Amino acid sequence: MPPTTCVRCQTNKAVVKRPKNHHKLCRDCFIAVFEDEVHHTIVSSKLFYRGEKVAIGASGGKDSTVLASVLKTLNERHDYGLDLVLLSIDEGIKGYRDDSLETVKRNAVQYDMPLKIVGYDELYGWTMDQVVETIGKKGNCTYCGVFRRQALDRGAKTLEIKHVVTGHNADDVAETVLMNLLRGDLPRLSRSTSIVTGGSLNDVKRSKPLKYAYEKEIVLYAHHKKLDYFSTECIYSPEAFRGTARSLIKNLEKVRPSAILDIVRSGEDMARLTPDKGQGACACDEGEGMGGCGSADAKTSGNDLAQMEASLKEKPTANGLETEITSNATPKVIDSDDVVKLPIRQRRSKEPGPVQLQTLGKCVKCGYMSSQAMCQACTLLEGLNKNRPEISIEG
Amino acid sequence: MASTTADATAQISIVVEFSGGLEMLFSDVRRHAVTLPAKDQDGNPSTIAYLIHHLCAHVMKDTRKELFVLDGHLRPGILVLINDADWELEGEEEYELKSSDNILFVSTLHGG
Repeated sequence: MPPTTCVRCQTNKAVVKRPKNHHKLCRDCFIAVFEDEVHHTIVSSKLFYRGEKVAIGASGGKDSTVLASVLKTLNERHDYGLDLVLLSIDEGIKGYRDDSLETVKRNAVQYDMPLKIVGYDELYGWTMDQVVETIGKKGNCTYCGVFRRQALDRGAKTLEIKHVVTGHNADDVAETVLMNLLRGDLPRLSRSTSIVTGGSLNDVKRSKPLKYAYEKEIVLYAHHKKLDYFSTECIYSPEAFRGTARSLIKNLEKVRPSAILDIVRSGEDMARLTPDKGQGACACDEGEGMGGCGSADAKTSGNDLAQMEASLKEKPTANGLETEITSNATPKVIDSDDVVKLPIRQRRSKEPGPVQLQTLGKCVKCGYMSSQAMCQACTLLEGLNKNRPEISIEG
Repeated sequence: MASTTADATAQISIVVEFSGGLEMLFSDVRRHAVTLPAKDQDGNPSTIAYLIHHLCAHVMKDTRKELFVLDGHLRPGILVLINDADWELEGEEEYELKSSDNILFVSTLHGG
């Protein structure tokens, strides 16, 4: 095959084929275009203001390393005037975080950014190793996910920072959209597509500047810029590799590379159809943690509590919007056990009344923002401290 | 014929690298010097597809082959760089290997 020339500079040999538009680019043009697109996302979504202190949720993995590198570059190139800090969570998993935290420490030097590491032990009195010792491997991702979400916010608060950026990419968002679609959870789907969540008055704002960046391009950017990142699977989620939604996304990408961004856009469009028009974004509901678990599986299990909470909360809304006609009213036509009766949903004839949205309060125990009397972390901790692994959350 | 015999035993040496977590499947070694037949059993030049099978059969000691190959093809989500260029620009599995090629397999499937 003769070498392909870069479509942008028409000079150098193309080394990247972009999944979103099939453009063939050379190394330098690819890096420039990638950075320009993130800049465009930041500007068009008005993610930052001049002088803002921003914590980068840094795991040492590819996504957060690329995010830190690109933000440093753009902050200097376009004079955003941002004060950037690396914020890392130490879950307390021996042989997993130790190595990745070493990577983050090197990144702090390479990017000349201050680094803050927050440990589960100091925040909650439990390391993940101790949690697993108590409850076993099954379900531990739920604990890890709930703890991590708060850990980033709490870490940011100790630094007096009100904005945390995470390395979530287009593949992650598409994965979340698909999972929520498969669960029939439109309200959650709406929240998962927002580029910014939280940020009202006291709590910490979260955003995803790489929301439109393909995972493939993130990996290639890291490769061509020779970034120092760490990759491993969490030792407590060996099944992680089989994340179903993730595999589905990767298979779709193989057949039709634009599918990933198309799913993200579909998610955004569907969000506009939800009762709160996708505006009800709240950080406490954000599904995934900061790349701690490398898998859809882990993310799913990490979501269980939030999901449960969300579905309990959403129920009154759903009832207000639609009426289900039970099969009692329908004459039986076929008397067979293998016929599954589908609920008949009546179209709503009038506009629904004001929709009940989640309201944020404070956890009675720790004072952290929560839509329940006690926040998820404190609920889990109570159970842990009683050495009782099976916990159900009451609405 | 002499040339046929020579061809049948001709070998090429390439460098194969693994990153993004894939090195875990290959004895935690990132860089492997690999020597393989220049032609496959049918006498066709060895391609990336042939290399992938060769790696599974002779280099990978890990038993979890499905983390590298699915349904006879490279697992979706693993990128291949042929001499630093995206394999999609080089014919993907059809690319014919040349001596001293550098083939890099990068997983995108690991946590970030």
